[in-house]
Order: sequence, then structure tokens, then C-alpha cells
Amino acid sequence: MVYNAGHYDVIVVGAGHAGVEAGLAASRMGAKTLMLTLNLDMIAFMPCNPSIGGPAKGIVVREIDALGGIMAKTIDKAHIQMRMLNTRKGPAVQALRAQADKPVYIQEMKNALENEENLTLRQGMVNELIVEDGVCKGVITESKAAYYAETVIVTTGTFMRGKVLMGDLEYESGPNNQRVSIKLSEHLEKLGIELTRFKTGTPPRVNSHTIDYSKTEIQPGDEKPQSFSYETTEYITDQIPCWLTYTNEFTHKIIDDNLTLSAMYSGMKRGTGPRYCPSIEDKIVRFNDKPRHQIFLEPEGRDTEEVYVQGLSTSLPEEIQHDMIKTVPGLENAEIMRAGYAIEYDAVIPTQLWPTLELKQIPGLYTAGQINGTSGYEEAAAQGIMAGINAAAKVLGKDPLILDRSQAYIGVLIDDLVTKGTNEPYRLLTSRAEYRLLLRHDNADWRLTEIGYKYGLISEERYNQFLEKKRLVEAEKKRLGKIILKPEENVQQMLNDVKATPLKEAVKAYDLLKRPEMTYDMLETVIEPDENLPHDVKEQVEIQIKYEGYIKKAHEQVERMLKMEDKKIPSDIDYDDISGIASEAKEKLKTVRPLSVGQASRISGVNPSDVSILLVYIEQGNIARVAN
Amino acid sequence: METDTITAISTPIGEGAISIVRLSGSEAISIVAGLFQGKDLEQVDSHTINYGKIMDPETKEVAEEVMVSVMRAPKTFTRENIVEINCHGGMVAVNRVLEILLSQGARLAEPGEFTKRAFLNGRIDLSQAEAVMDLIRAKTDKAMNVALKQMDGRLSSLIQRLRQTLLETVAHVEVNIDYPEYDDVEEMSHEMMREKTKEVASEIDDLLRVAQQGKILREGLATAIIGRPNVGKSSLMNTLVQENKAIVTEIPGTTRDIIEEYVNVRGVPLRLVDTAGIRETEDIVEKIGVERSRQVLKESDLILFVLNYNDALSEDDRKLFEAIEGLEYIVIINKMDLEQKLDMDEVKALAGDRPIVSTSFTEEKGIDDLETAIAKTFFAGDIDTGDMTYVSNVRHIQLLKQAKQALEDAMNSLEMEMPLDIVQIDVTRTWEFLGEIIGDTASDSLIDQLFSQFCLGK
Repeated sequence: MVYNAGHYDVIVVGAGHAGVEAGLAASRMGAKTLMLTLNLDMIAFMPCNPSIGGPAKGIVVREIDALGGIMAKTIDKAHIQMRMLNTRKGPAVQALRAQADKPVYIQEMKNALENEENLTLRQGMVNELIVEDGVCKGVITESKAAYYAETVIVTTGTFMRGKVLMGDLEYESGPNNQRVSIKLSEHLEKLGIELTRFKTGTPPRVNSHTIDYSKTEIQPGDEKPQSFSYETTEYITDQIPCWLTYTNEFTHKIIDDNLTLSAMYSGMKRGTGPRYCPSIEDKIVRFNDKPRHQIFLEPEGRDTEEVYVQGLSTSLPEEIQHDMIKTVPGLENAEIMRAGYAIEYDAVIPTQLWPTLELKQIPGLYTAGQINGTSGYEEAAAQGIMAGINAAAKVLGKDPLILDRSQAYIGVLIDDLVTKGTNEPYRLLTSRAEYRLLLRHDNADWRLTEIGYKYGLISEERYNQFLEKKRLVEAEKKRLGKIILKPEENVQQMLNDVKATPLKEAVKAYDLLKRPEMTYDMLETVIEPDENLPHDVKEQVEIQIKYEGYIKKAHEQVERMLKMEDKKIPSDIDYDDISGIASEAKEKLKTVRPLSVGQASRISGVNPSDVSILLVYIEQGNIARVAN
Repeated sequence: METDTITAISTPIGEGAISIVRLSGSEAISIVAGLFQGKDLEQVDSHTINYGKIMDPETKEVAEEVMVSVMRAPKTFTRENIVEINCHGGMVAVNRVLEILLSQGARLAEPGEFTKRAFLNGRIDLSQAEAVMDLIRAKTDKAMNVALKQMDGRLSSLIQRLRQTLLETVAHVEVNIDYPEYDDVEEMSHEMMREKTKEVASEIDDLLRVAQQGKILREGLATAIIGRPNVGKSSLMNTLVQENKAIVTEIPGTTRDIIEEYVNVRGVPLRLVDTAGIRETEDIVEKIGVERSRQVLKESDLILFVLNYNDALSEDDRKLFEAIEGLEYIVIINKMDLEQKLDMDEVKALAGDRPIVSTSFTEEKGIDDLETAIAKTFFAGDIDTGDMTYVSNVRHIQLLKQAKQALEDAMNSLEMEMPLDIVQIDVTRTWEFLGEIIGDTASDSLIDQLFSQFCLGK
């Protein structure tokens, strides 16, 4: 018999990267929230690479921060080094990446959850959902506790029917030998939710004392202090480097000779692995003409000697892993502390979700993170905060939050998942964003602070700071529009210094800044500088002016896109009733059930003529309604 | 609803005395007003018809003499601003006007799109909705069939090749962005990008040039028949028209009388034109002098110069030779059934390497030779009929032009030393435009390319 363990507004199952954001967002919005996790010592654990951020992903972390999430603040406190990537490229693709201090990260996250009002944190294994009349009402744990709630968010990552694979070794397990979740998976299937099987893998970790760093190249962090969060004011200055080495023909020979022993190549595998995160076996097979592959040695923290061997993700038998690693320069005497392995797990086919991350067939139930077929801590956290906001919004009677593709990478991520689905673990890439010039690292606050504030996740103080920044940027742009620079000595000299064409006639400072070789800092040397202007304001002014034309063009494209997004599809639409739509398109539409014509047009297999017919049909319905 | 302005030819092509190009959308009136010589269309009353000329903004020349109906929203078929341009019948005039409109920001309408807009804007009632959907489906299928037929195999494989080049270039930029530490590939440089874009731009230019030739095929070669009085010009014309099925005959225009004869000679469509009085050339040289005659005749793609076998070469004949020097022409020695009075050696000397054909229109002799000569003249060089049908679809030409424009934007950004991820935006657009030509708009290709081209991962 189960016992009644209490009633909450929102229950979050799991406390990984998705779970913590979901739980915090819901509780901070004022919903009474319960978080259940298998192991309280593993909150926001990083079972794979010790890093957060990078292209696209780093921008997502900034977006989460602008919405009031916690990932950015935590990594700002728990890293060993940070680097800004793509600094020689355009502002749209620059992104921050931090090497995380894993144990500190866990400690910081646990602490944040423990000290949150409205949030109850508890260890426990959820086996079942309480579903009444098709609506999710709570969860039941293995210890027979029945928790009731208005909404439930499941963020179980790779734990559902997880199976660790290494050579011919195979056992049921969550990542890093955590307890596996079997019953919940079976229960979801019983509820009619379609699951798929994905896999991913992780490389071995070695002891730092056994690495000969002299044979590797140093990869230091940036000297300039940087942060993910807009609120961070204290920076870590003593950074720890990573190191670069390479595989070679000997490594490749060992892998090649033992390929059939690899769990992934021995015919056991069922799950689909990600192309962007191939095992070293995959790399050797698919790109066998490459003489070497990069290996990055990444410390897992300050107070641990474990080093992550990036580039050697594998499911070869442990014995072969020992042989393989010794062929790599610098790792000749390296001792493996944990062997690499592949893990197979159940994932929810994400086209079953609304863009709010609520399941279409079970109102009140949300899923977020790797369970939805994504990969990566940042992708998980992004879904977590969105599911948390939406689950709490539903309870509190607020509007749901759906970000569109021009607002955030988070919008791109979720739209891709629920509209197109994915047949491999999904990773964000900058190339997935049509409007990446608008989705920049530098303007995440510009795009999303307002929304975070509206949902009560951004403090009054921070919001006012943001408004002040906006005001300063506008004022400075205006000021530069009024300053006229004449072809005088100091101006020409400045231009000459960067080998730029000298001025022929007077120009506005605003227009001069548009030149590719010009920067705000240079401009400051020839105009009356505004001493009080913060750096991020100057940066914003420079980017907004310099790329004005391109940004405008992108906005025009967005306008066109949004018109189609505004055409809503009624929820009771019967696609079988529409004669003109091709049958393939019809099936896709019935599965995805797009909310707007815009979303419908992004489904593969739905052609422009199908979209036209859909538009006409919807309009017909509107007319009919008016007539009635 | 979309408010962009759409346009299409709304009368069946090649039939009827007039052809109508229709526009609908918020910019419909302003686009036409910008090209119109006549009253200010922005100011005229709604539902009025206005006489004037459509000017070609590129050449600044008159493209067509037209009657333009202006109908302002909402009392129109689509409840948007509608402009209808009445052109002369036949294919030439409307196509030219359509292309000009497309170059000025109108978009080629999708099949059934006017009706769709009419419906969406509440102009058509509920009972007609089903019919509208059927219409869109039917027209789409038909248009697709036509498009497929028009699509030359070579065109589609060429476009695919160009797209692959662009895709690899974009994937290269992307890999530099998403995997900045990946050291396997050289970092894409501005110089490399410049090379690739140049290469593709020049191929698109070639395609557009061929498209220009395709256009000639569709519209017909402007052909002038010249010669002194009574050499047999009218007979030549009649013979060509009788021998070959006339595509369009005698079209009295709405605003001026123009006679255009379309004949198809061995697959070469000739448009026997009367623009600028080229056909009335008996006294052209006398009237306006050699130089000006030359200017007029230059507008023809082909000149048929008729001489009389039964008469000696006159001063007028020599002046005509002078006027057409360097142009594409065929010398026709007519009246071979009569006594020779013409000095053939002199004619050969004057004609140089141009073909000379002997005929007798009254006895119907030498006509085969003439037709062979016309076909030979046209297909000489490296142009063959296969290439000629290449890009004759207005939609294809339009997309090629858009692709080229996007590529030029990319090249401009390169010149300005913009970062490659910015340049890449327009390169991707070029790739998308080319994709629309062959009906391939799948957006996942880039990601696929990325992972097949490069070995990436952790």
C-alpha cells in the first residue's frame, strides 16, 4: 500500500542539469516544488566532459541566465579555466567555454537547492506516475510514497533502462554506476508514450600524476576575467590549463585490430549514437585516412587528480583501453582510474511534446533534458528551465512560455525537437539557427531579461540595471550619430595606424564605426570619451552599429517568419477532414500537431502546397465559426 | 496574411489579342507606378484604366505600350491592391513585362495564389473553400509537371554541383565556428571564400547567359526582311508563313497596330518584326541614311537580305550591304527563274562569309536551302538545341537572379573584410535559392555535410 506523502504544485523527478533548473524556476515563481533524486550526492553531476559552454551551447548558458536560471552563476563559481572562443570571427559566433570543477559544481548546485524557499529536496526512486482520467496527478516512489501535484516534470537523463557497455561487459546501470531506473520506463510505455533507444559514450579518466605533460601542448585559459552570468562580479583568477596530444598509427592499429571486441562494433548495439560525438572506434572506421586525432587532457577539478581524456570515447574492453592509451604521447605510463564505456538508454520521442514540453497525451506531465533525446548539459538545462517555467505557469494560471527561433537558441532547440524530432541524440550547433546574427552571446540579456522578469525570475534590481544598460546604449548611439569627424590629423593618424583608408570628407562617428577595421576603443581616441560608460555598453554600441545592415536584414526575415507563426492552428483540427493535403504530410501533421502554420511548414514532408491548403482550411473554419 | 506583392501572367500565353499581367499586394501600385510613363498611378482614381508605357529600368527604354488598370483594396478580387497590365498578345510582351516586375520586387505567384488570397481575405465564401483547395492542389500538380518537364537534366545536375560546392564551403565555415579547436582543416580564409564565391558566381552568370538564349528561343529571333522594292520580300514572308505553321499571326494591338508573324523554321522560331519600321526598308537608307539604318537593323537578331537575280546591283543594294556589315544576315538571290543580270562575283565579295541562297519564290524553289541556312546560322557555334531549352522558365531565371544577388552580397561583405560567419549568411541564401530551382529545400543537408566531411567529436 502506498502512503500519502504530501501535495505539491510541481514535482521534478531527477536533479541533473535539467532537474535543477526546472526545480529552481518553478519554486522561484512561487510554486510549491518537490525534487526527487536517486542520489543527493550527485546533483547536477557531469557524467561526461568537464566543460560547459562552447559555440551555441555557451550562448544557451547566457540565455538561461537571462531567464533567471542558475547554470551560469554556478559555473562562474566552479571552474578551473575559461576561454572565449571564435574571437577572431564575428560577434554572432563568439562563445564562452569553461572547464568545470566537477565536485565544486555539484556542491554549489546542492547548496542552491537546499537554500531555496518553496523547494523540498528528497532522495527517492520514482517508479510510477499517478495518472487519473488521462491527467498526471503525481508520482509514486519505490518506497511507496505517493506525492500529489498539479504538474510533474520528468528529467531522468540517461537513467531509464540504462545499460553500460564495455567490450562484452554489459550491465544495467545509470551513468557512472548509478542505480538504473527500470520501472518508470516500463510505466511510461504502459501509458502509451513512445520511447526510442539512444546511446552515448565517455572516454577513460587517468591519474594526473601519471601523465608526462612535457610531451603535450599547453592549452591555457584566457587571462581576461569573464563570466557567463550577467550578475557575476567576482572572478576566479588562478586558472588551470588543459593539454593537447594526439593519437597515432599505433593507437589506430590497436583499435583496428580489436574492433570486433568493441561493444559498439560487435553487433550488440541497438541504440543510435550521435554523429557529432563519435567513439574513437567510429573515427578510425569512418575517417581511416586520418593519421592522427586530437586528444585533449582536461582536469576534472582542482581537488582531484582525475583527468578526462577528451577524444577517446570508447566501448572497447578495459584491457584494450589500457593498451590503447599507452600509445598516446604523454600517456605512456598513464593509469586509468575509470575506463570509458558506452551507455544505451530510453528516450521519449520528442514529437509527442507540445512546445511547452508538456506531453500531448498526458496533460500535466512534462519531460526535459536528455530523456527528450538531446545530449549535453546545456541543452538539458535549457529544457529544464523552460519546463519548470511552463509547469509552474500552468499551476499559477500564467501564460505558457514558448520562445521562437529568432528569440533564443533555446527556441531553436525546442522547436527542432518537437517539430522535427531527432533520430540521434540532438546537439545544438550554430548552424541550426537561421537567425544566429540575432542570437548572440553579447545580447542574451537584451533578448530575454524582460521575459525572465515577467515570470518573476529576474530580481527588480537586476531588471533595473538592464533597463539602464539599454538606455545607455541608445543614448550613446544617438551621441555618435551627432559627432562629426573631419579629416583632421588625429583621425587620419588613427586610421593610418590600422592601415585603413583615410577620410576624404567629414563623417559621423556613427558611420565611421561601421567600417570593419574600426572599433569603439579606437573611436574613443578621437572623440570626447564618456568615462562612465561600462564596457558592455560600449561593446553593445559597437556591435549594433557595425552590423546594423546585416541585423536589419535578419529582422526582415524574422518578420516574414513570424507572420506564419501568428497563424494559429485550432487545437481541434481534424486533418483527415482536409482532402487536399498529401497523405504523408497528413500523417506528420497528426503526430506533431503544430500550433501554428509556421511550425507546420517546418515539418519535413509537409510541402508548401500542403501549407497553402492548410491555411485555406483554417480560414474556412474561422469563417464557419463566425457564421455560427 | 502575407502582404508581399505577387504577380503572374493571367491570360493563356500565346492566345488572344491581348495578354494581361496581374499584380496583387500592398506594393502592387507602387511597383507599377515606378515603371510607368503616363499618369501618376499612385494618384489616379481606383478602378480606372490608364494608357502609358512600361519602361525597362535597366535599359531606360520603352518595354511595352500598355493599358494599366488600377484597383485599390479592398474592393478587388483579392481585397488587396490589384494592378492589371494589358499588353500586346503573344509571348514576347508579357514575358518582358513580367520579368521587369519581378526585378522590381514582385514575387512570382504560386499556383492558385490569387484565388488563395481572395479566399484568405474573405472575398470568397465558405462554399467555395473546397474548390479553392482543389484548385491549389491541381494547379500545383500541373505546375510541378510542367516544371519537371522544363527542367533539363543538365541544368539540374549543374545546379546540384554548384550547390555542393556552396554546401562544402558553408560546412567548412561552420566547422570552424562549431569546432574552433579542430585542427584538421585549414581555417577558411577570406581568400578561399573569395575564390569559391567567384567560381560559383561565374557559373551562375553562364547559366543566366544561356537563359538569355533560352529566352530568344521562347520569344523568337527578331528577324527583318530587307531589300529594294519588288525583290520578293512579301513573297518570302508569305512563303515562310505558309511553309511553316504560324504560331501567332496578325495581332491587332489594342493601342497601335503591329504586325508580328511567328514562324518556326526547323526549330528556330522567327519573329518577323515590324518594330521601328524595319520591314518597310525599301527606302530606309534613303530616308535616314546608312548609319541610322544600321542602328535600327542592329536590333534584329537576323536579317534576310533579298536581291533580284534579274537586276543588276544598285547603289541602294551596296548601301544596304554597308548598313548590315557585321550583323547576322543571309543573302537571298531571288527570281532565279528569270534571266541573270546580277553580278554574282560582286555579291559574293560583298557578302564575305555570310551564306548566299538562291531561290525562286514563284516556282517554290530553293526554300529548303533557305531554311537550312537559317537553321545553320542559328545553331552555328557551340550552341545546340539542348542548351537552348536550358533555363527558359521565368521562375528559374528569377531564382537564378536572386541567387546571384545573394552571392554578390556575400562578395561585397568579403570585400569589406566582414567576418566569414557574416559572409556565410548570404552564401547559405544562395544555396537555398538554387535549391528552390530543383525543389530541394531540406535544411538538414548542412548538418549531414558537416559530419560526413569532418571527423568531429569529443
